[in-house]
Amino acid sequence: MTLLDVRHLRKVYQGRGRDVEAVRDLTLAVGAGELVCVVGPSGAGKTTLLRCVAGLLEGTSGEVRLDGRPVVGPPPGMAVVFQEYGRSLFPWLTVRQNVELPLKEKGLGKEDRRRLVDEALAAVGLAGDADAHPWQLSGGMQQRVAIARAVAYEPSVMLMDEPFAAVDAQTRADLEDLVRSLWKRLGMTVLFVTHDIDESVYLAERVIVLSNSPTEVLEEVAVDLPATRDQLTTRSLPRFAELRAHVYKLIQQAKNGQRPVA
Amino acid sequence: MNALRKGVQLLGLPVLLIALWWVATVNSDNFFWPPLSEIAGTFRETWFTGRFTADVLPSVGRLLAGYGLALVLGVGLGVAIGSLPVLRAVLEPVLEFFRAIPPPVLVPVLMLFAGIGTTMKILVIVSGCVWPILLNTVEGVRAVDEVLRDTARCYRLGRRARLLRLVLPGASPQICAGARQGLSVGIILMVISEMFAAGNGLGFTVVQFQRTFAVPQMWTGIILLGLIGVLLSLIFRVAEARLLSWRNE
Ligand SMILES: Nc1ncnc2c1ncn2[C@@H]1O[C@H](COP(=O)(O)OP(=O)(O)OP(=O)(O)O)[C@@H](O)[C@H]1O
Ligand SMILES: [Mg+2]
Repeated sequence: MTLLDVRHLRKVYQGRGRDVEAVRDLTLAVGAGELVCVVGPSGAGKTTLLRCVAGLLEGTSGEVRLDGRPVVGPPPGMAVVFQEYGRSLFPWLTVRQNVELPLKEKGLGKEDRRRLVDEALAAVGLAGDADAHPWQLSGGMQQRVAIARAVAYEPSVMLMDEPFAAVDAQTRADLEDLVRSLWKRLGMTVLFVTHDIDESVYLAERVIVLSNSPTEVLEEVAVDLPATRDQLTTRSLPRFAELRAHVYKLIQQAKNGQRPVA
Repeated sequence: MNALRKGVQLLGLPVLLIALWWVATVNSDNFFWPPLSEIAGTFRETWFTGRFTADVLPSVGRLLAGYGLALVLGVGLGVAIGSLPVLRAVLEPVLEFFRAIPPPVLVPVLMLFAGIGTTMKILVIVSGCVWPILLNTVEGVRAVDEVLRDTARCYRLGRRARLLRLVLPGASPQICAGARQGLSVGIILMVISEMFAAGNGLGFTVVQFQRTFAVPQMWTGIILLGLIGVLLSLIFRVAEARLLSWRNE
C-alpha cells in the first residue's frame, strides 16, 4: 500500500532576479513500512524533496500525499533528521532535554519519556553525555543527538537527510544497523537521503537515483538482498557488488547530465 | 593571586579617579568645587537621615516599576511583531517615528494627561525604555535559526513550547542587549521626570540643592546617582549571566 505519494513535484526557488528550478518533475511512491534511499549528485534537490515531503516547503506545482491526504504542513508522527544537524539542536537545552522535548509535546508521561530518552541515547552511544549542552559535543556527537531525538520519538515516518555524514566509519556502521533494526521493530516508513552508494544499497529495499538539477528520477533500483543484513556478510555478497556497481554507474551518468528517457 | 589581579582591574581606575579628585580639590576654596573630603563628610548626613526612604526609595521604585513595565511591553509586543510579518510591515514606520522622539519631550505632554504624580513619572520611564527593548526583541525573534524553527514545526511543538523553548531563548541575547540599553535610558528618565515637577525623588532633591546653593549636598546627590547606576548594572549583569548561561563564551 502506498503511504507516501509524490506526483510531478516541481520546485522553483524564487530569488532576487534569479529563479532556481531545483526540482523539475519528481514522481515517486513509498509503500507503508518501506525503507527507501534517495541518492543523487550534490545539489540535485534531495533536501528540497525531503522538505516538501516534511511539509516544510510548498512545491511550485505537483503534489505530495501522505496516507492519501495532501501534505500542507508537518504531519503528526513524522520525525526528521536535518542535514544541518548542528543547527537543529536547541543550544539552550541539554542533550537529554533536546531528545525529551518532542516527547513532552506528544504528551508522554515522565516515566515513558525517561525510558525512551535513555534507550535512544544508549543506542547512539551517548548515554554518558545526557547532561552536556550540544555545543560541548563534536559534530559527530551532535549528529547522533539529532538521530536519538528522531528515534525516541518513535515516528511512523522517518525522514533522514545524510544523517551519518559527520560520524566515523565504525559508528556509521553501528548507526546503519540501528536504523534497520528500528525500522523492523517499529514498522516505520523511512526515506533516507545519502550520497554514500554502499550505504544506500546496504540499507534500502529500493534505491531511487536522482538526476542532477533540475531534478527528475533517473532510475529506481530494487535491492533484492536478504532481509537480514549484516555488515560483513551482506557487503561481501556478489549481488551487493553488482548493485553498488549499478548505482555507481547511474550516479556517474547523473553527474554527466544524463536525463531519464521520456 | 588571580582574585587580586581581578580586584585591581575592577577597582584600579575608580580608585585612581577618586584620588585625583581628592588631590585636585584638597585646598579648593572655589564655592562650586568644594573639597572631596567635605562632600564625603556630608554624604551620610544628607542621605541617611530620612532622605533615603523619602527620596531615594521612591525614585528607585518608580524606575523599577517603569522598567519592569517596559520589559513586559517591549518583549510581549516584540515577540508578536517579530513573529507576524504582516504586523511588522504595518507597524514599522510608526515604531520608527515614536522611537525618534526624544522621551524628555514627552514629559510636558504626559503631564497634561497623567498629571504630575507617580503615574506620569512611570509613564515617562516606560516611554523611553520600551523602544530599545521592543526593537531588539523584534530583531532577535526574526533572527531565530531557520533550521531550529523547522525542527520545532516537525516535532509539532505547541504554542507554549514554541514560545518558551524556541522563540524567547533564541531571542534572549538580543533581548538582553535591548534591556541593557533600556536600563540606562530609564535611569536618565527617572531623573528628568523628577526635575520637571515633583515633590520628592533624587532628581528633585539634586535640583533643590542646586537652587539653594547647597553645593556639597548637590555633589553627593550626583555621586549617589552614579552609585545606583553601577549597582543596577551589576545586578543586571548577574541576571544576564544566569539567563544566558547556556552560551559557550
Ligand atoms: N533556499 C533556497 N533558495 C534558492 N535556491 C535554493 C535554496 N535551497 C536550495 N536551492 C537550490 O536548489 C538546488 C537543490 O538544492 P538541495 O539542497 O535540495 O540539494 P541537495 O541534493 O540536498 O544537495 P546536497 O547533496 O549538497 O545536500 C541547488 O541548486 C540549490 O542551489
Ligand atoms: Mg542536501
